[in-house]
Order: sequence, then structure tokens, then C-alpha cells
Amino acid sequence: MRFKAEVRVRLRREVLDPQGAAVEQALQVMGHERVANVRVGKLIELWLEASTPEAAQAEAEEIAQRLLANPVLETFQVSVEEARDWPAQPSSVKR
Amino acid sequence: MARFGVLQFPGTNCDMDILRVLRELFHQEAELVWHRERDLSGYDVIILPGGFSYGDYLRAGSLARWSPVIEAVADAAAKGRLILGICNGFQILTESGLLPGALQRNRHLRYVCDWTYLRVERDDTPFTSAYQKGQVLRIPISHGEGNFYADASTLDEIEKNGQVVLRYVTPAGEVREEANPNGSLHHIAGIINKQGNVMGLMPHPERACEKILGSEDGCGMFASMIQLLTEGRVGHAR
Repeated sequence: MRFKAEVRVRLRREVLDPQGAAVEQALQVMGHERVANVRVGKLIELWLEASTPEAAQAEAEEIAQRLLANPVLETFQVSVEEARDWPAQPSSVKR
Repeated sequence: MARFGVLQFPGTNCDMDILRVLRELFHQEAELVWHRERDLSGYDVIILPGGFSYGDYLRAGSLARWSPVIEAVADAAAKGRLILGICNGFQILTESGLLPGALQRNRHLRYVCDWTYLRVERDDTPFTSAYQKGQVLRIPISHGEGNFYADASTLDEIEKNGQVVLRYVTPAGEVREEANPNGSLHHIAGIINKQGNVMGLMPHPERACEKILGSEDGCGMFASMIQLLTEGRVGHAR
């Protein structure tokens, strides 16, 4: 079965986010003075084949744990759903 | 003579400087080792050079960490061999868990290419025995992600265990905010593992080995390792 997993990676609360602070500062200058805080994370999308949604979830979590998030700095959340689309062209990765 | 293995990942670019220092200044046996190599048994010291392995994609060092050679590096580390990670090499070592903590983007978000002053906190490691505790070294940095981070308890442990080897300081040797080029917690520039055989630092000692480049203070790091390996194999289990 074909699934699409979305992995959201965020900096841990106690870690300083200068990038978020820079964005927040820019927003002030732009006139969005009521934005109280900004933190910048990452979204990684994975299209993968698995036998069940649970298997897809488990694999996506393993991928997030091993590579996509650095546990010293970051936490992650994984959500999986049946793929509504599938990469049309082969990726550039040589197999 | 000590045998040095200098690792090369796609995107590594400080390998040639390290080879030059080892071969031409210190007359040591040094070889480049491609990241797909799984056998590092021929080397007494393994150096992970600086550069931009895998374009620093995802997080600097995060992809290189999964290169085949890293398993051999971990194995060598467990056996007590000397491992030195410089800049991107330090990032790869923290990503692979061989050193604690992580290197984040510089606090002020700018890439810094400049001289720094480092205070030697320990002169009893295989990498700093040629220096004196308290000595201040003038060594350049060149990085955008050199901000050392570890959570409170890890940081505490690192300090208590004496794992901080080099700290950013003023030319007079004082710890000050303005002397910290990247926001590193506790002004940490270089650390060592508990066992004492794996070291990582953000500054580039290989760029401070010739007078013409502005400083020879980096020589001591290479001299320390060479002295240890040619005069005795203390703490070097094979």
C-alpha cells in the first residue's frame, strides 16, 4: 500500500532559536506587532510503501528518530495517511 | 612514525590542508580514506576534516554520520584509538554520538571566518600534551554552525568530568561574551570524550601551523598526538 508520512521536526523548548527570533523581528518591522513569538522547524515529507498504516507509521518514526531529528536539539511528530498522489517522475537517487 | 587516516566525505574540503601539515611539516605517514571504506585498522589516528559534507544538508554532519566508514570509526574509538574531528568533523562526531552535545547554527546567524583565541583547559590529553594548561592559542574558525549545545545535565557532566579541552577567550585568556564567536554554551570550543581518546573542536588547527598564515599555535595539537604515538602507546588498546 502507498502512504505519505509527514514528519514535523521542532527545536526543543529549552533550545534557543535565533532564526525564529530573526523572523519575529522582521514581522515587527513589517507591522505584525502582535506576534508574540516565532519558532522555526522543519517539515519532511516521505512517500513510502508499507503493508499497513501501522507499519508505515513505525517506519516513518524510525526514520525520524535515526536521521530527521537530532534528539539533543529536536523533537518530532509523525502523521501518516494513504498517499493521495505518488511521485510522477523517478527521483534523482540512483538505485 | 604514526599513521594517520584522513577521512573524506562527499563535500569535505579541509582534507588537503591536514595532509600537507602531517606530511610536509611533521613528516608523518598520512592517507586519505574515502567514506565508503570499512577497514581503518591500518591507522593510529583517524582525523575527520572540516568542510561541507553532503552540503550540510538536513543538519551539518547528519548525513555523513551514516557513511559506511563511521562504523569503523566507532569501533576504533571503542578500542581506544585516537580520533580527532575538526569543524565538520566535530559535527559528524556529535551526530554519531561519539561526542556529547550538538552544534547548532551560530547564535547571531552569521557565518564567521576569523581568528579566535582559545584557552587550553587540559594539557593532559593526547591532543594537548604539547601545550600548557592556561595557554592561549590563536587559531582561526570558519563556520556557520559552531554553536555548541548540550542540555543542562549533560553540560554539567561535561564540565565536572573535565571534558572541556578548549574554550573561547579574549587574547588575555578571559572568558567574555564578546570573545565567544558563535554563542557556544560555556564558551566551549573543543571537547573530549570520557575515555579521553576522541576529541572534537570547531577551530582549525591545521590552518595555524605556518608563520606565513599568521599563527603556528595549531602545531601543538599534531605534535601532541605524534609524540604520544612515537614515544609510547599509553591508553592505546588494539
